[in-house]
Amino acid sequence: MSKSYFDETHCAIGHPKSTFMQWMLTIDHKRIGIMYAAVMFTFFFVAVFTALAMRIELFAPGGQYMDGDTFNQAFTLHGVIMIFLFIIPGIPAVFGNIVMPLMIGAKDVSFPRLNWFTFWLYIAGCCIALASLFIGEGVADTGWTFYAPYSLNTGTNVIMALVAAFVLGMASILTGLNFLVTIHRLRAPGMTFFKMPLFVWGIYATAWIQLLATPVVGITLILAIMEKYFGIGIFDPAKGGDPVLFQHLFWIYSHPAVYLMILPAFGIMSEIIPTFSRKEIFGYRTIALSSASIAGIGYLVWGHHLYTSGMSDIAKTVFSFLTFFVAIPTGVKFYDWVATMYKGKIVLSTPMIWALGTIITFAIGGITGITITMIGLDIHLQDTYYTVAHFHYAILGGVVFLMFAGMHYWFPLVTGKMYNETKAKIAFYLQFVGFNLLWFPMFIAGYYGMPRRYFDYLPEFEIYHQISFFGALIFIAGLIYMFWVFFKGWTKGEAATPNPWNATTLEWHLPTSPPPLENHSKVPYVDFDPYEYHQGEPVVKFNYETMQRID
Amino acid sequence: MSHEYIPEIATERNGTEHEVQGWQDDFYGGKLGFWLFMLTEVMMFGAMFLALAYYNTLHQQDFLDASASLNRLLGGTNTVILLVSALTMGLGLLKMRAGDVKGAKLMIWATIILAAIFLVIKGFEWSAEYHHGIFLMHDQLLADSPLPFGQKLFFGMYFTMTGLHGFHIIIGIGLMLWLLKRINAGKVSQDHHILYWNIALYWDIVHLIWVFVFPYYYMIGAGGATGGH
Repeated sequence: MSKSYFDETHCAIGHPKSTFMQWMLTIDHKRIGIMYAAVMFTFFFVAVFTALAMRIELFAPGGQYMDGDTFNQAFTLHGVIMIFLFIIPGIPAVFGNIVMPLMIGAKDVSFPRLNWFTFWLYIAGCCIALASLFIGEGVADTGWTFYAPYSLNTGTNVIMALVAAFVLGMASILTGLNFLVTIHRLRAPGMTFFKMPLFVWGIYATAWIQLLATPVVGITLILAIMEKYFGIGIFDPAKGGDPVLFQHLFWIYSHPAVYLMILPAFGIMSEIIPTFSRKEIFGYRTIALSSASIAGIGYLVWGHHLYTSGMSDIAKTVFSFLTFFVAIPTGVKFYDWVATMYKGKIVLSTPMIWALGTIITFAIGGITGITITMIGLDIHLQDTYYTVAHFHYAILGGVVFLMFAGMHYWFPLVTGKMYNETKAKIAFYLQFVGFNLLWFPMFIAGYYGMPRRYFDYLPEFEIYHQISFFGALIFIAGLIYMFWVFFKGWTKGEAATPNPWNATTLEWHLPTSPPPLENHSKVPYVDFDPYEYHQGEPVVKFNYETMQRID
Repeated sequence: MSHEYIPEIATERNGTEHEVQGWQDDFYGGKLGFWLFMLTEVMMFGAMFLALAYYNTLHQQDFLDASASLNRLLGGTNTVILLVSALTMGLGLLKMRAGDVKGAKLMIWATIILAAIFLVIKGFEWSAEYHHGIFLMHDQLLADSPLPFGQKLFFGMYFTMTGLHGFHIIIGIGLMLWLLKRINAGKVSQDHHILYWNIALYWDIVHLIWVFVFPYYYMIGAGGATGGH
């Protein structure tokens, strides 16, 4: 039996004998991606159960077992973990690392040692964030946005959370930098930018956002720290500063950050749809360029978070106008995906069902986003459950769902095993139903005026909270079941062939499953488009030993 | 990687062979990566300049008054020193590329000395300001002092940004010492000078930032004020 990347690895320092140290010091992009996934999903479940605790508190009006301050800390903890520890490293850290170099035919990323360092920087950031839970007055109670001046006056551990966010931001920057150089320098010969798989395009656009937007929030957090410890009145109006400036600087990063989350997820969708429609993707260039233009336009729309914070009417109008523009490239992608499926030989495997489910949930998330782009409507809906539901439909129902789709899609590639398809489909339906039950009532509650971040509410909102609660239970049950199916698949599943889905991109043309240490046995010459199907069959075939085309 | 890296060959269907770029020995990749990293520095300082420009519109007179009290002689001297150090760094890189290792090392030492002089002058400047009661968490910058808001903000940002810039200078000195060690170990040479190239680029960014810091802090209050202490 040939050796896979589970059996051998390159290390950053020396040649340790123990398996444990080999994992700790590994510079192999596939192993680093798996370690990211392990840490991220641990935190993901912490945040999920924090959210469940909030749902239980909200089951009935009035305070039951959590007081207001604890509730404030709970939603901050949920937000900080989900945003900074889970979804921002998210798809790039996991699949960008594991799959992207395979897709472009590279042996590893451009700076493997930097990749290793970045992972440990991420761990350091996680540790600081965790430490803020137990030190002093506990985790911050400001919400994940840390709005000044409250964040500078509260006694809770805001500063530690800011330092953690800064360190995690550094890790994000370095990941983006590594990927940008990798995509520019290490593509297999013949692979031009327009022959790259669309997931690589998603990662590429994302990497630019990571690189250019993250430093802004980094320095904003530093300024907040300077204000807190050195008394400079940068954001506190009592000292001559301007709290709205904090919001501007914060959202200059944090709005592009949501595109940083969704663009690689769109990339996963663009891989799955043609593979399971057995058809060349419709409008390859428009999808690739729409990723780039979402990244570009995404920089110019941050002001829509500040409609009620004090901004001139002209600025509001301009930001509203620009925000509408983001919908155009996103719409282009949606039409392209649907058009790809038209007259395709659709195979309803688990990854495809996840992708189809996401088309529904993300469409709801996206279109409700358009409604709150409108200034007049947003004045009414700002800081209500409507916005919360919109955000979760877009990020959970878009990014995380597609991440799950990607996990089902690349599971045989990463582990060399296959999960049980029927059980995986049951997990999907549980989560899909639970998800909609959990968040759809919030649109209605929010429209009637249920404000977010409150631990108590008027009796007329009780029904929505209770439906949400049962939705949450179903969703979490599905979630746990899905990970159980993965676990069973990895330990007891059947061995998978290198290309179980009849896919066309290079990560499926590996000699063995799971892949060997340095990926493809030889680097192929790429003279084909990424999704070439003829009558439902992949066109390009390789001899996996020599990587010569044999079709 | 100490051993020689031999690039792989990818073969087209018609037999044409293409050399594959590996992550090892990728001069342009290293350069591109560092340029991108420097871009993040620009974004970081850029955001601070943005905040500064905004507060300048809020408290214009205070900013001019505060700026007028900074020492332009020392600030100007430091500007010249940094510009000369950028020159020595660049000349050193040229010498390294021409194969003159000894000359390159001399130029790096010159850069280190100039950087140290910069820090010493900066130290004199800060301590003079401290004695005038202007320093973070001290005397006139405390919340209850009568100094106008705008001036407190100006000095607060001044110490933040020059401090952060000074921190970059210290990192730069560390990097140059490390570079000398690598040159002595034979790891950086005429053919493998990517490390030198990138540290020179870093030093360029450090002086470029100062070129913006200097007018923003020292020069805006120069007109009509006596200046200096």
